[in-house]
Amino acid sequence: MTAVIILTLIGVLLGLAIALTVRYFGAPVDPLAEQVAELMPGANCGACGFAGCNDYVQALVSGKAKPGLCPSQSADALQKVCVLLGVASEGRAEKVAVVCCSGTDQYAIRRAFYNGVNDCHSAMLVAGGSKGCVYGCLGLGSCARACPFGAIEMRADHIAVVHPEICVGCGKCVTVCPRRIIKLVPKSAPVHVFCSSPEKAPVKRKVCSAACIGCRKCVKAAGENQMFINGFLASVNYENPPSADIVAVCPPKVLRTEAQPAASAASAAPAAPEAPAATTAP
Amino acid sequence: MTKKHLHFYGGVHPQESKTASGAAIVSAPLLATYVVPLQQHIGVPAKPVVAKGDKVLRGQLIGEPGGFISAAIHAPTSGTVKEIATCLGPAGNQLPAVILESDGDDLAAEPMPALDWPNASPDELKKRIAEAGIVGMGGAAFPSVVKLSPPPNKTIDTLILNGVECEPCLTADHRLMLEKPEQVITGARITARVLGVKRVIIAIEENKPDAVALLQEKAAGTEVEVRSLRVRYPQGAEKQLIYALTGRKVPSGGLPMDVGCVVQNVGTASAICEAVCEGKPLYERVTTVTGSPLVAPGNWRFRVGTPYAEAIKLAGGVKVDPVKIISGGPMMGMAVYSLDIPIMKNCSGILLLAADEVRQYESSPCIRCGRCNDTCPMGMMPGILSVQIEKERFELAEQWHVLDCIECGCCAYGCPAGRPLVQLMRRAKGEVMAARKAKAAKKA
Repeated sequence: MTAVIILTLIGVLLGLAIALTVRYFGAPVDPLAEQVAELMPGANCGACGFAGCNDYVQALVSGKAKPGLCPSQSADALQKVCVLLGVASEGRAEKVAVVCCSGTDQYAIRRAFYNGVNDCHSAMLVAGGSKGCVYGCLGLGSCARACPFGAIEMRADHIAVVHPEICVGCGKCVTVCPRRIIKLVPKSAPVHVFCSSPEKAPVKRKVCSAACIGCRKCVKAAGENQMFINGFLASVNYENPPSADIVAVCPPKVLRTEAQPAASAASAAPAAPEAPAATTAP
Repeated sequence: MTKKHLHFYGGVHPQESKTASGAAIVSAPLLATYVVPLQQHIGVPAKPVVAKGDKVLRGQLIGEPGGFISAAIHAPTSGTVKEIATCLGPAGNQLPAVILESDGDDLAAEPMPALDWPNASPDELKKRIAEAGIVGMGGAAFPSVVKLSPPPNKTIDTLILNGVECEPCLTADHRLMLEKPEQVITGARITARVLGVKRVIIAIEENKPDAVALLQEKAAGTEVEVRSLRVRYPQGAEKQLIYALTGRKVPSGGLPMDVGCVVQNVGTASAICEAVCEGKPLYERVTTVTGSPLVAPGNWRFRVGTPYAEAIKLAGGVKVDPVKIISGGPMMGMAVYSLDIPIMKNCSGILLLAADEVRQYESSPCIRCGRCNDTCPMGMMPGILSVQIEKERFELAEQWHVLDCIECGCCAYGCPAGRPLVQLMRRAKGEVMAARKAKAAKKA
């Protein structure tokens, strides 16, 4: 009985202490900020340029930032935020990340066998990584680990594939990729060039059979204002992208609507490592 | 020989495998084509001073230093410049290079006048060392003239000549000391004159008693002292060697000059002697080509720009297929994937390893056994650091002195969990340096 009384007493006293602390020392909470925060994705990815969702909300409420900087917010939620803040919605171009490489194990040559740290940055330290093409996806998943939304899949044939339906275009993978082959492009663009090598065609064909050969067929088919050649690499003009049926003209099939399809089990012969095989330093 | 054997903290003693130590140095025959990289040193690449189609002579300047930390590059033979292009370097990067087609005559350019070094001024000698394009030939390829120009507030009192060759398998420095002892000693004395130091120590590990005895005999009556050291890897690392010989500790982040020492490789000393006494620029070096897959491992005097494939051909080719080819020694060398890489001024060895010599393992989590702490010659804690680095906590790694790592590989050598510790350290060093650069750029 005594125990019950003592515990009840302690509970009441502590409750009183909390109530008094909140009453006299509590920070005022902006109800508007709370409402806006609820409409944020809460992933704290940092793509808006602020330290996290809460930081962005504070900036929004105090009028220091415009709504629409958050790429992962749905259009509906953005509309609600605009209504709450009483500003006109400017709309937002939805972006998506694309890994510009088609070099799966089926097509790309591996110049050595690598068994070091399972991370793209570390692999770059050992003779520049094991993939023959220096513009090719190393396939060790630095981008997938950096993605706060789990939108990047690391395929067994050593390529990273962004799932556009999950990707919100925060751009974290773009900065983390040591080979700089992930691009942030408008979600509405139907086709992408899945190759990043600006080398001459014979050079890249030696290391990858799925490389852009710079044949200009796409440019001829779509016109200079929709496709252009940059060095020896075709590029989509994302201001004015061509329609999806242009993919038919591309001989090496690097101009596609989606990432390189995984090879079927029968045709997926592992690329033989070129002799001599280099491994990691000690 | 001193009775007391000094040594440094930590280190390991790998199997020495110095099979090529009995093979005398042979001059490699002329090739049809040389690929001469314009960046064979740490620092800015050299600027080419020749153009496509130019005729050059052996020893002619083809690349002038591109900045303060840079070095001159000279033609390895006479011939025509076929192209100024790029070539693959041992680190897997593309280097600017002069492709030289040999005319087979090997005509020498007018050599620079020989200097009377005991009477020449230090500035004159330094100028010659720069003109001859001399870099540290132990591996780092740091331009020698920069090393020999300490800032005026640092007083240098000891010159250490590094003939330790602690890296297993390599024998190039050993053979050089045996075959050109006078050159090594004269080179050391010239360097001492440039620095104005009285104390010169040639350090050799006691697994090379013939070199110790020979150099002691040749150095008698000069200021040069020859010391034999206990065999321990990485004794040839500057900081460890300074400690073993003088008991001085280079502070964290400091340079040997902070404790009044300059360390130079014996190969560099020999090159300095040739540059000063014969006016010959640095366009060839002694390189060990070794490994169990080779028919006839040995030591050759290769012209700079000789592709690895030619070096292996000279060593009799291979009897079994190598699975790993390393530029340098087994502990610190870099695995390479192409034999088109040319031999550069810092290439001390080419090592081939057979399948039974290369262990492939899956690395597993750190078991906190502490063996790496015992062997780390820098007194670091590689195991703990590796865990921090795996979690990408580079700021914490910086606080734990990751930048002190000399990448000697002792930690990974003994790790029972097979952890790629050196690779992780290198990753962190790169990230920390990049972060520091970004910070400095932000401030400026």
